[in-house]
Amino acid sequence: MRAVGIAPVELERADADAVTETERPWITLVWNDPVNLMSYVTYVFMDYFGYDRTHAEKLMLDVHRKGRAVVSTGTREEMERDVTAMHTYGLWATLQKDD
Amino acid sequence: MQNGFTRGIGGRIVLRLDDLERHILTDLVTQLATLVAPEPADPDADPLARLVDIDTEAERPDDPVLLRLFPDAYADDEAASEDFRRFTERSLREGKSSNAATVLDALARSGSKVVLTADQAGAWLGSLNDLRLVMAGRLGLDEDNHDQFLALPDDHPARGVYLAYDWLTFLQETLIQAITGTSLWPEDVGEPDPGPAP
Repeated sequence: MRAVGIAPVELERADADAVTETERPWITLVWNDPVNLMSYVTYVFMDYFGYDRTHAEKLMLDVHRKGRAVVSTGTREEMERDVTAMHTYGLWATLQKDD
Repeated sequence: MQNGFTRGIGGRIVLRLDDLERHILTDLVTQLATLVAPEPADPDADPLARLVDIDTEAERPDDPVLLRLFPDAYADDEAASEDFRRFTERSLREGKSSNAATVLDALARSGSKVVLTADQAGAWLGSLNDLRLVMAGRLGLDEDNHDQFLALPDDHPARGVYLAYDWLTFLQETLIQAITGTSLWPEDVGEPDPGPAP
């Protein structure tokens, strides 16, 4: 597979929310869909995040049963990288600030 | 009887295909390659943007199938999603195109036996998944309506697409098993393993 040339660049300028931005972590969510195989979702969580099978399977079942699961937490840049990776695998993922 | 992927000597991944199966797979992956191909680079585009794979023209697709392959990255922030798309969609498309090219190349130089390295198997896994997303989107397949497609008359085009989808599901499941050396299908879930396509 092709290596990604450059990570997504953070375009937001510092503003009044800057302090809040740095204090609140960001999360990557993976959403359920009717196509991706349960085994494939588990495989992706193990392959990309390096999670062990038990943890990967728990997250996969959360996606399947609850409709979504938080699969990683970190800075906005890190979560953009994780979302890009999930899209590369064909999983439906989004990032947002943790509420 | 259909064959799935198996793990061969030295970790190679092996798939046996008859002529019809090879033809169907080649046809489907060729269509996928067309769908995911990046737009030709605009010669007038900012050279720096081109150098770092930024696509200043990338827009949210209207086609729900393309939107599923290239989703919004932010569920609640349209502007951020658009920015993200300009920075990532081109390389995402290039990755999916490269995977499809790997599959087509292996099919073109194989006879009835396809032998893959671990890297090639990863590309196949990605393309099989992309293809299933596209076909399910075109059919309007969800978790509860599979029986409707099986009930269609033999000559209905959607039935053929569904059966091909079901076969790809079987191939993908066996490929995951061949790559990982184990079944990752959860044991405590009361749903059947997809098993061989009919």
